[in-house]
This record gives sequence, C-alpha cells and structure tokens, in this order.
Amino acid sequence: MNAPARTQRAGPAGDGPAAAACSAAEPLRERGQHAVFCGLTSIIWLHRKMQDAFFLIVGSRTCAHLMQSAAGVMIFSEPRFATAIIDERDLAGMADLNEELDGVVARLVARRPDIRLLVLVGSCPSEVIKLDLGRAAQRLDSQHAPERRVISYSGSGIETTFTEGEDNFLTALVAEMPGEPAGAAPSLVVAGALADVVEDQMLRIFHGLGIARVAFLPARRSTALPAVGPNTRFLLAQPYLGATASALSARGAQRIAAPMPLGEEGTTAWLRAAAEAFGVADDRFDAITAPGRERARRAVARFRDRLEGRRVFLFPDSQLEPALARFLARETGAEIVEIGSPFLHRRHTEPEFALLPAGIAVSEGQDVDRQIERCRAARPDLVICGMGLANPFEAEGLTTKWSIEFVFSPIHGYEQAGDLAELLARPFVRRAALKVEV
Amino acid sequence: MQLTVWTYEGPPHVGAMRVATAMHGLHYVLHAPQGDTYADLLFTMIERRKARPPVTYTTFKARDLGGDTAELFKRACREAAERFRPQAMLVGASCTAELLQDDPGGLSKALGLDIPVVPLELPSYQKKENWGAAETFYRLVRGFAGGRERPQREAAAPKRCNILGPTALGFRNRDDLVEVRKLLDAIGVPVNVVAPLGASPHDLTRLPEADFNIVLYPEIAEPAARWLTREYGQPAVDTVPIGVGATRDFVMQVAELAGVDPAPALDGADERLSWYSRSIDSNYLTGKRVFIFGDATHAVAAARIARDELGFRVCGLGTYAREQARQVRAAAAEHGVEPLITDDHLDVEAAIVASQPELVLGTQMERHVAKRLRVPCAVISAPVHVQDFPARHSPQMGHEGANVIFDSWVHPLMMGLEEHLLGMFREDFEFNDQADASHLAALETAAPAAAPPADGAEERAPAWTSDAESELKKIPFFVRGRARRNTELFAAERGLNPITVETLYDAKAHFGR
Repeated sequence: MNAPARTQRAGPAGDGPAAAACSAAEPLRERGQHAVFCGLTSIIWLHRKMQDAFFLIVGSRTCAHLMQSAAGVMIFSEPRFATAIIDERDLAGMADLNEELDGVVARLVARRPDIRLLVLVGSCPSEVIKLDLGRAAQRLDSQHAPERRVISYSGSGIETTFTEGEDNFLTALVAEMPGEPAGAAPSLVVAGALADVVEDQMLRIFHGLGIARVAFLPARRSTALPAVGPNTRFLLAQPYLGATASALSARGAQRIAAPMPLGEEGTTAWLRAAAEAFGVADDRFDAITAPGRERARRAVARFRDRLEGRRVFLFPDSQLEPALARFLARETGAEIVEIGSPFLHRRHTEPEFALLPAGIAVSEGQDVDRQIERCRAARPDLVICGMGLANPFEAEGLTTKWSIEFVFSPIHGYEQAGDLAELLARPFVRRAALKVEV
Repeated sequence: MQLTVWTYEGPPHVGAMRVATAMHGLHYVLHAPQGDTYADLLFTMIERRKARPPVTYTTFKARDLGGDTAELFKRACREAAERFRPQAMLVGASCTAELLQDDPGGLSKALGLDIPVVPLELPSYQKKENWGAAETFYRLVRGFAGGRERPQREAAAPKRCNILGPTALGFRNRDDLVEVRKLLDAIGVPVNVVAPLGASPHDLTRLPEADFNIVLYPEIAEPAARWLTREYGQPAVDTVPIGVGATRDFVMQVAELAGVDPAPALDGADERLSWYSRSIDSNYLTGKRVFIFGDATHAVAAARIARDELGFRVCGLGTYAREQARQVRAAAAEHGVEPLITDDHLDVEAAIVASQPELVLGTQMERHVAKRLRVPCAVISAPVHVQDFPARHSPQMGHEGANVIFDSWVHPLMMGLEEHLLGMFREDFEFNDQADASHLAALETAAPAAAPPADGAEERAPAWTSDAESELKKIPFFVRGRARRNTELFAAERGLNPITVETLYDAKAHFGR
C-alpha cells in the first residue's frame, strides 16, 4: 500500500467506521477515485462465450495494453478480439477515421474470414472524439451482408465499469433478436453470460419443470439469437444487466424478479420465480429441485467451518457483491463488514438485500483511498478485491480473494454452490496450509 | 489506425508509472478515466510488488465531461499531496485526458503546492511506454539535478559513478543491478546514486556529484545521461554488460574512466559460459539458426552472444523500438541479415516462419509463436510477464548474467547425442511428428490462422513424388520444414518438377549446412 495517510481527514459521511451507518436503502455514495476495470474487460469472457463473434475495440494503445495485461496472462491461443489503435494522424484529421476503420476491418476479415458477428466496441477516446461507431457499424453491416453482421456498443471507462460492458453488449444484441411471432407460446430468456456447463444444467432443470422454450443470452452463436416479444419472460442470471433488462422490457418481454442463482438458496429462489411465472405446480418444483438442493447444501456444508463467523469486506468490482455477500452471510455464516459495488440497481438488487441482515454497511461507487482506510480499520478476515489491491493487502497481513475470479469461474446454480464456497474458503485453507511467513 | 492484437509496449504514461513506482517520495497524479487504473496490477500482480504504485487517478466519468474535469484534477492533486506527503509530484494525462486538453501542468502550478511539481507531456497517440519512461526520467533529472554546482573533489578521491536506467517492471532490472554493483565493487568504484530504482527526488539532486554515469538501459536513461554530459561534463558508459564480451568491454570502459585496474573484476570471475561453450559437448550448438527480437539493447546484445559466444548463426534480428532502430540496423548489417523494425507482432511471426530458426530468442509474444511452431525459445526482453520475475536470482548482466543466458538459451535445445540418435532412428514410434506433446494437441487444428501467406514460392512449389515425400519424412521433424523449403527452392530455381529423391539429396548437397 501507499504510505498510510498522515492526516485523518474529517470528510463528509463515509470516513472510517462512520460508513457502518449506511445501508442498502441509504448507501454511502462515493465519487472519488475508482479502481475498477472499464467495460472493455468484459470482452475477455464474451469473446470465448460467443464463438463466431469478434470484438474490435476502437481505442488507444492503453485499451490494447489493458486487454493484454488483464487477459494476456490467461490466453494462449489467438484471441477473438483486437484493438484498432487511433493514432495521431487520425486525430489531426490527416486520415479519415471512417476510411481507416474500414481498412482495419478489411484486414481483420481477410485474416479471420470465420467471423459472423463483428462487434465494434467504443472506448474512452472514441467517445471523447465522438466517433459515431453506431453509424460506422451500420455502414459496415451493409457492406458485409450477408456474410456477417456488424454491431456496436460502448465499453468505455467513462460510461461503464467492468461488467457493464457485457450489459451494453447484450443490449446491442437485444436489438438484433428477432421478434416472436404473434401468439407465440410463452418462452423464457436467461440473460447474462454463464459457463456452458451451467447453462446445460439449468436447461435440464427448466425442462424438468416443464418450461420447454428456454434460451440464453448471449447465445453461443450469433446466428442463434432467441426471439423476443410480449410472451417472453426473462430472468437475469447476472446482476449487472440494467440496460439489457430495459431493452428486453422495451421489446415487450417481462422481467421475473429474483435474487441471483448463487448458492442453494439463491438458485432455488431464482428457479422458483421462474416456476411461478410459468405456473409450475409446487410438488413438481420440489421434486425436480430437491436433488440439486440437497447436493448444494451438502457441498457448501463442507466449507462452512472455514467461513463461519469470518468477517468479509467486499470492494466494488463486478456488481455481484450483494449476491456474494448474501450467499456468504446466509449459507456459510460469514459476517459482512462492507458491501462495495460500483453501482447498485435498486430494483434488481432488492431481492438480495431483502435476504441480507440489516445494518450491513453498503457503499456505491468508490473513493479507493478512503475505502482502504475503512478496510484497514475494520481488519476483516477476508478482503474480496481487485487485482491491483490484493497483493498490497496480503503484504499488510490481510487475507484476500480476487473478485475477478467470481466472474471467471462457474459459480451459478446448485452444482456450483460448493465450488463457490470452496473459492471463498480457499484463502483460509491456503493460509492454514502454508508454514511460511512474509 | 492500426490493427493490434498484442502490443509490445504500453502507452507512455505506463512508462512514467514505471519510473514513479521505482522511486521513493514521488507521487504521480494522472488525469485518466477509471479503466486506466488497470495499470496498478502490472506492478502488484505481474511484478508482485507489495505496495500500490504511488499513482492517483482522477477517474473522470462521462458526466464530468460536461462539467469541470479541471477542477477534478486539481482536487486530486491537493488530496494526493495531503494524503501521501511526497517530496515531489509528477502530473500528467493519459490518452483520454490528453484529448480534454485540461493542461495538468498549468493547473497544478496554479495550486501553489508546497512541493515541486514536474509536469509531463507524453503524447499518447504518438509515443509508447519506453519513450514515456525515458522522458519522465529526463524531466525528473533536469528538474532536480539542474542548476547545481558540481562539488570540487580531491584529485586523489576515488572516482564515483551513477547507475541510470533500472525501473519498476523492468526486465530483470532487479538482478542486473546486483551484478553491476558486484563488478563495480570488485574494481573499487563507488556508486553515488542509482536511479530511478530506489532513488528519491532528493537523491536526484546529488547526481552531479558523480564523475561519470553508467547507462544501464539506454531505452530509459539515454536522454537523461546525455543531458548530464552536456550540463556537468559527466561522461557516460554506454556499453551494456550483457554477455561475456560485453561485460569485459564494460569493465574496461569503467576502469578507464575511473582510473582503476580492471583485473579484479575479470580475473577468476565465476563466469562459466566460456568454458561450457568451449566444452566438447557444445559442438552441436555450432551454426544453429537463431531468430532474435526484442528491445534494441537486449536484441543487439543477444546477437553478439549468439554468434561470438555460443557459435550460433543469427538468421533474423529485429526490434519493436523504433527509437533505437539505428543500432539494430547496424548490428543486423554486421550479422548479414535484414533488420526487422516493427511493432506489429504479426510481421514478426511471418519473419520467424520465413527464416526457419532452430531457436527463437524473443519476448513473450515470440514465445507464443515459437510454441505454436514447435521451435525452442528463450525470452530475452520485455514486455514482461509474471515469469520474468523469477524467485531466484536471474540476471542478464555481468558474469552471472552470462551463466544464466547459457542455461536459458541452451536448455530448450535438444542435447547433442540425443539429436544424433533421433537422426539415426527416425521412425521411433514414440518420438515423431505424430506424437506431439499433449498440451499442443489443440494447436494442430487452430494453428495457422496466423501463418503468413506463402511468399509465392508455395503456390509455384513443384510436386513431390511419393518416394521423395516418404524420404523427406525420414528427416527429423524439427528440421523437416527447412529441408522441404530448401528443396522446393532448389527445384524451383532449376525448373525441376516433380521433386524426386535425387532432387532432395541434390538440394541437401547444395545447401549443406
């Protein structure tokens, strides 16, 4: 960490333990320095999820460097994303930006003719110079039809944090979804990128419940987007999809409110919300979900002694924080010190906070230096935080977990409840195992 | 606009961060959106530093753009000065903030902080990381070492040096510094200041007290060293001690400037590269084709070691550092190869394929390419990766650096007798091109999306008779590609079609080794 502050500032509400006073209804709203990735980072999983899509960031060298620094350590084969780096000539008006972009796209498509969906992704610089990627996408789309579609969205860090990049991508996809035919049978769309194996598990459960028409957004292939309309109901499988939910609603779909499907309780509540919306009988619901519930409870119980009573501090990262805190508090017996989230969608997080004990400090946005001070003062047993903060906390003797792991690992659903508990318990298991000190 | 999958260098403000993070008592206020805070993890995760970089980001948002981003910047400066109490501050903008034209330098001046503030102008759409680091270091040196009197020293006092260039997130800088200090200790040359690594702004004010400067990493320290030469008449040692010969040259140059005997740093040194390379079992290294790519300093040093100290043949040499292209061009001319000056890794990949090396010495990017092509590889240069910060002492410079280089370049190669045996018993069922390492299995299908378009020779390639084709398969797979290309080239030049077993052996005799 940086040298601790020499002066304790008596700032507005939010310094030190004062934060404990805030709640979900009245979170501490911070507008200081944020230490969260920008929306571009979502591409790291999105480009693997949708296999015929290619994400072309229109941005700066910083964007390209971010992508390889955040992802480079993990990706060994050629990624399905790249950056069109804006240079001085483009800014000085010596080159026509749109012509340059067409040239880059031509080069890319020649190299990767397998691309079926090309996604232009806006960045901070492209937003600031007001490069209209929407129009560029339209132009390119007509040039490249019918071999491939071209769409755009913004992943810029002045508008999005981390997972909100996926929100904007899915919002763009919603516009591409075909309309359902009049009088279509009721269908369910599950929104939010999930591991393939998790989708398959959930599909089996939905089918077991008799909900036959289920589709996932994003689909694994861009050519297989589900239809949407007034007979579509949708469930969010990720909490950060505010814009996607609005876009789906705007196309007539109805949102099914539920907590996130994390842990046994969350998954059951999430499935039950769907079951109720589709009129599934209680006994059928119980019969179908009972084995999963039982397995999930058993799997989580194995880690309970590692987590029970542990004090956990969550820094803002993916917006999964309220759901993770709810799982920790209710299924593992951990005590939550602070829930930080880059953004709290009031309605979407309501079901989570309804399950959480009252009196937990909640913060929205960030002022990282002050939050670090709060965290240090609280001396939690576990800090869930970003990659830039974790090692410095470890060096101070705190135990940490990378928050990004919850985005990069299959944690949703019954069969992953134990894995989620294991991820959270692992820092303690490791601490106990190691006989070395720093 | 440039299509980029991977980049060799980050933006220039990351270079500035490398300097700021290397130093003590310095804080960098960067006008930048929140996404730019990813740069912290370069230091805390890749280098595993125990402290956050001393950087405050303004993290402005879209909603601030209509309002007053300048005010946001000023507040960030004031709060950082108060919170961290640095001796001095750097202020600047990242690529997005550069577009806002808020003038961080002017704004911070207007704040009237009670500490020196060094403004940085790093054109993000034009320059890159190393340039940013060099410019930052130069600005700091000018700012803190400028306008000072050079102290009078007794003629008999030992001559002292500064070591300039090591930074945070530098390729093996930590260990190189240890080795260079050892060399200087051995010949009794005291070190005045090492900078930026471990120095404070206050330490920089003492730079003029040295008699000469050692430019450890020209990419970072050359502009500052040149200025110190102009301003204070301090000569600069510009030999980078990577390799046996270069280490010797370095010691001689330092000894001459310091007026001391170089022998203690050279005689009886624990340097084993020379003997290992002379050792009879290293015969098999003779003439192995190596492709070299990296920053200019490491690439040029590697070429000299490859040829003069290991008996390899340099079949390709290049750099991504355009600022230092001239020295790479000169070295390439000396080695009789075309210099490759590019920051497009796809061009580098194409050049590697075309030159058919038996060993690739490159960056992490070339390591990936070599892995895909199944060519042995060693990493010799930044951009850095978590593996470039090994737990063990692993320098590139000095005597121990030469030892490390011998091991890390030679171990990926097949040992001599093993190579012979495989040549004799080519159809061993467990060691052939069908039996790939299991972790590479996936690459077979995915592979050459990246393969460069054949240089035309491929399309005009003559056909092979089935006898010739099966004879070709008896050549060990790791040299088979080269044999195929050479034979096809030989046949094409002579208008031979199809290629027979005779053609294959005629070509072998023609190209020899």
